[in-house]
Formats: sequence, C-alpha cells, structure tokens
Amino acid sequence: MANVFSNIGAWVTERAPGMMPMYRAHMTEYYAPKNFNLWYYFGSLALLVLVSQIVTGIFLTMNYNPSAAGAFDSVQYIMRDVEWGWLIRYMHTTGASLFFVVVFLHMFRGIMYGSFKKPRELVWLLGMLIFLALMAEAFMGYVLPWGNMSFWGAKVIISLFGTIPYIGNSLVDWIMGDFLPGDATLNRFFALHVIALPLVLLLLVVLHIAALHEVGSNNPDGVEIKKGPKGNRWDALKPADGIPFHPYYTVKDLVGVGALLLIAAFIIFFAPTLGGWFLEPDNAIPANNLLTPAEIKPMWYFTPFYAIVRMIPSFLGSAVWGVLAMFGSIVVLFLFPWLDRTKVKSIRYRGTGYKVALGVWVLAFFGLGAVGAGVTAEVIPAWFGNVDVTTWENLFGRLMTLLYFGFFAFLWAYTHFGWEKTKPVPDRVTTHD
Amino acid sequence: MANEVVDRGRRRFLTATTAVVGGIGIVSAAVPFIKSWEPSARAKAAGAPVTQSLKKVEKGQQLIVGWRSLPVFIVNRTPAQLAQLPKEDPLLVDPKSEVEQQPKYAQNETRSIKPEWLVMIGICTHLGCVPDFYGEIKPEPFDPNWKGGYYCPCHHSRYDIAGRVYKNVPAPKNMQIPPYHFVDDMTVQIGVDPKEAG
Repeated sequence: MANVFSNIGAWVTERAPGMMPMYRAHMTEYYAPKNFNLWYYFGSLALLVLVSQIVTGIFLTMNYNPSAAGAFDSVQYIMRDVEWGWLIRYMHTTGASLFFVVVFLHMFRGIMYGSFKKPRELVWLLGMLIFLALMAEAFMGYVLPWGNMSFWGAKVIISLFGTIPYIGNSLVDWIMGDFLPGDATLNRFFALHVIALPLVLLLLVVLHIAALHEVGSNNPDGVEIKKGPKGNRWDALKPADGIPFHPYYTVKDLVGVGALLLIAAFIIFFAPTLGGWFLEPDNAIPANNLLTPAEIKPMWYFTPFYAIVRMIPSFLGSAVWGVLAMFGSIVVLFLFPWLDRTKVKSIRYRGTGYKVALGVWVLAFFGLGAVGAGVTAEVIPAWFGNVDVTTWENLFGRLMTLLYFGFFAFLWAYTHFGWEKTKPVPDRVTTHD
Repeated sequence: MANEVVDRGRRRFLTATTAVVGGIGIVSAAVPFIKSWEPSARAKAAGAPVTQSLKKVEKGQQLIVGWRSLPVFIVNRTPAQLAQLPKEDPLLVDPKSEVEQQPKYAQNETRSIKPEWLVMIGICTHLGCVPDFYGEIKPEPFDPNWKGGYYCPCHHSRYDIAGRVYKNVPAPKNMQIPPYHFVDDMTVQIGVDPKEAG
C-alpha cells in the first residue's frame, strides 16, 4: 500500500516538480519568529472563519431565494423546515460577527507591534483591502434576508453615495437598479455576495500571505530575525530565532482553533442572536418600504464608522461631510505606515506618549461604537436623568470623533519631529536560548 | 530579415497603438455591463399618479400614501400647529424654503397649497429614512421643547410640521414636496401639477 502511495507521489512530482518546493517554502521551511504570543492566533483564525463562511454560505444558497418576494420566507424556511438549516444559518451569522472580532484583533496586533512598517507596508495595504472587501461582503450579506433592517440598512448605506454632488442621485439609482431597494438590488447583491466578492477576498488573502512570506513575519519584539544570527536546528543558513511554521505554529494555532470553535459553539447553541448584537430582532420583520424601524443601527462592527456619519452636521447645504469623514476614518488606516514614522516597531520599546495615545484611540473607537449602537442614547437618560439626550450624545460623539482623528495627527507629529523617546531594541527576540 | 536592426520607434508605435485600441475595446465592452445596473424599463414604468381622498384624515392626524414606492405624508394640520410655524423660523436652516425642494406653488410659510393640508415626500434628506411623525406640541424624550414635527430615527434629524429642517442636524435640506393638486375640496392627486391638471 505504501508503495502505491509513493508511486503516485513520484508520478505527480515528475509532472509538477514545483509543488513540493512551494509546500516547503510556505510550511515546513517557512521560518517564523519563535516568540509569537497570543496575538498571533488571529491571522490563522481569520482563515478558518473564511473557510467556514464559504462552506456554510454555499449550503445556504441551496435553499435561499434571491427575490424581494421570496427572500424573507426562504430564510424562515431554512430556519424551520430544512434539516439542520438553523445550524448552518447560525454558523454563518455567528461567523460573520466573529470574522470581525478576529480581524479587528489581527489589525490591532499589527498596529501595536508595528507590523505595517518597512518592509511590510505591502502586507498591511493588502490586509486593508481585505478589510474593505470584508465590509462590503458583510453589508451585502446583511441585506439578503430582506428583513426590515436589511431594507433600511441597504437604503441608508446606498444613500451615502447620494451625498456626492452632481452625480449622487443617479449613482444611487444605478446602485439600486430601481428608485428604492427592490428585486434588482437584492439580486445584484446576491451575485456580489456569493461569487464576486468571495473571489476577490480569496485572491487578496493569497496575495496577503504571499507578500508576508516574501518579507517574513514580524514578532512581539519587532526585531528582524532575518538580520539576526544565522543557523537553527533545521538549516545552517536560516535565522537562528526562527522555527518552521509547520509543525510548530500549525500545532500552536490548533489550540486557538479549539478555543474559537468553543466560543462559536457556545454562541450558536445558547445565544445565536447574542442579545441582538449578532442578529437584530427588527430583522425578523419583513422589509417594509413605508416603515422605518424605530431604531435603525448597523451591525456592531460598523457602529464606530456609522457614528461618525451621525456626528457631523450638514454644512453648505450638503450632507457629504459626514460621509467623507466616515470614509476618511477607514482611509486613514491605510496610511499607518506613513503616519507612524518611528523606526522602532514594537510597543514594548516605544515612548509613553505613544502608549497613552494608542490607549485613548482604542477608547475613542469603543466610544464611537457605543454612540453608533445606541448605547449612549440609553445610558445618558439612565445616568443623568431628564437632560437633552441629543445634545449630550452629540457632544460625546464629536469628542470621540475628534480623538479618533486626533490620534493620527498626534502620531505623525510625535514620530516626525522626534518627540518620542524610545527604549533600546534588543538584537534578537527576547525569548531565545 | 533576422539581421536587420530593430526599428525601436516603429516598435514603440505599434505597442502604443495596440494598447490604446485594446484599452478602448475593454472600456467599450464594459459599457453594457455598467448600463445593465441602471433601473430597467419595468422599474421606470412603475410611476403613475395617485389619487387620495382626505375625508378620513382628522385634525392633527397623518396619512401615509405610497407614490412611486415613496411614502407621501398627508397631514391635516391644526391651527395651533400652523400658528407655531413662523415662531420656528430662527431655528431653521431654510425657513423661507429657498432651496428647490418644492414646486413654486408650495414655496410659502406652510409649504402647501392649502395651509392646513401638508403633502410631502416622507424621506429624510440626509440618507433617505422615513422620519417619524411627532405632531403634538409637547415635550418628547429627544427634545423637552418640542413644537411638533418630524424626528428621523436613523440619524436623529428633526423637521418642523412643514418639513423644514432644524439647524445642527445631519439633514441638509427641507423635505421634498411632490407635485400635487386638489381634484376637489377633499381629494388630492399626487404626481400631477395644478397647471397640468388644468
């Protein structure tokens, strides 16, 4: 038997000689720094969630009906009548939220340890493109069940483009294919959600990993293991502080996989809506173009960006400023490699000003999230009694918006004018033998 | 042939023309795909005028009618609500309705043909939500000094009872007044100007 397998192996190798070298370059002979910590789980976990979303998504399309008349009922059909349909759908909805949990943590890891800095700018840019594609994918997927929140979410997000001067209104009609979100909109979003964007996402993920493996992984100390001493147990010419990705990090990542699956299973089986955060109760009502839901808010992962739209008033007879600020809040993330100019990568060796600013920025992000999710609208009257909620919410939200953008201005000035006092960076990763 | 010197100028010209012609081809081929996203003939055709009787709309009440898939608000305003309109002027972005968000015959203090009857497209000028009707002059959770009007649940824009937008909210313009006319005292037709109706 073993003979048969090795014969097949030899047969394939003879005809595709590049395959094994590629496997080795990316797995058994890809040397990653040996000091990865908990933060380094989220890249591989994002890949796991992507695969899960593709598999559950394919099975959902088998019973879903992409039409304004049939979409809502077909989702209920999946939930009630299709064998295990509820599980497949809950895996998909929970997966969507967990995707953003994992990706936000993955991005924060990169920011914290300076993984976007030279020579990894391209890795960061490709990662940001993945984030953009993921946001589009999540938005269109949210529209498909054609509940009332789906409809109004689609209307509001598409109307963002209507604020663009001159071409705005016709652009909105072009995106919707009608004068209101309807059959045409739902059908094209379905096509984009199940085939176009997943193809783009997969391509970007391949490029992201290829770009990473070209320059090698960063690590919590932010030192380049390729510039350190050479020679490890497996190869005399490779970095001394590197270990093969497979089996060392594949096995380590399996622990993370176990933890993620445990959390996901708990949510799927015991709290699939997670108190309205992962699935909104208003979306259990069919789409109704004459009735805006009492409280319209996006899914939690969009709330910080959505809050920025709300906080910026119209100016010169145009509502475009809030929309520009919202897109700006995402575009500015692309610019991290050029805004943070300190050579020292890891937060471990950076100045106090940086650490404080980063902390404030994270708090501002959560603050904006609270505004966008309607938490402040509930909390303000509960804590402060009979006050003008809108005024106080705007004040808080605008302060958070200012802090969000202020962080980038500070970061640039702080690192450009050399105000930052960094600590000495070690020559090698701190945990080596 | 093989030994002739390469004419780089000619080669560059051929490469450039091939690229330009190919590029024009790609752009032209993209046009049908982009145009296929425009509203279809069927979508465009669905836009006939709507006639609505006003007999059942009590003082202070609102009726919502669908026209071109848009919600049209019809409100029977009370004298108290009408009296409040001029007092709101200093708080409004466009109190005189100077921005073209209404037909000429509705460019007045009440933004209507008959003062008591408001006929308006119920779409927030910010991002297209349907604002909620808070017609009564009484304190509301979002504003202790509420004078009656509209409050958008999406981004908290506010309008007065004539659909005029307040300052310091995300919405930039007053809500739109559709073309409409009165067929008789208690019947309104939306989608047709009084002039067209003759």
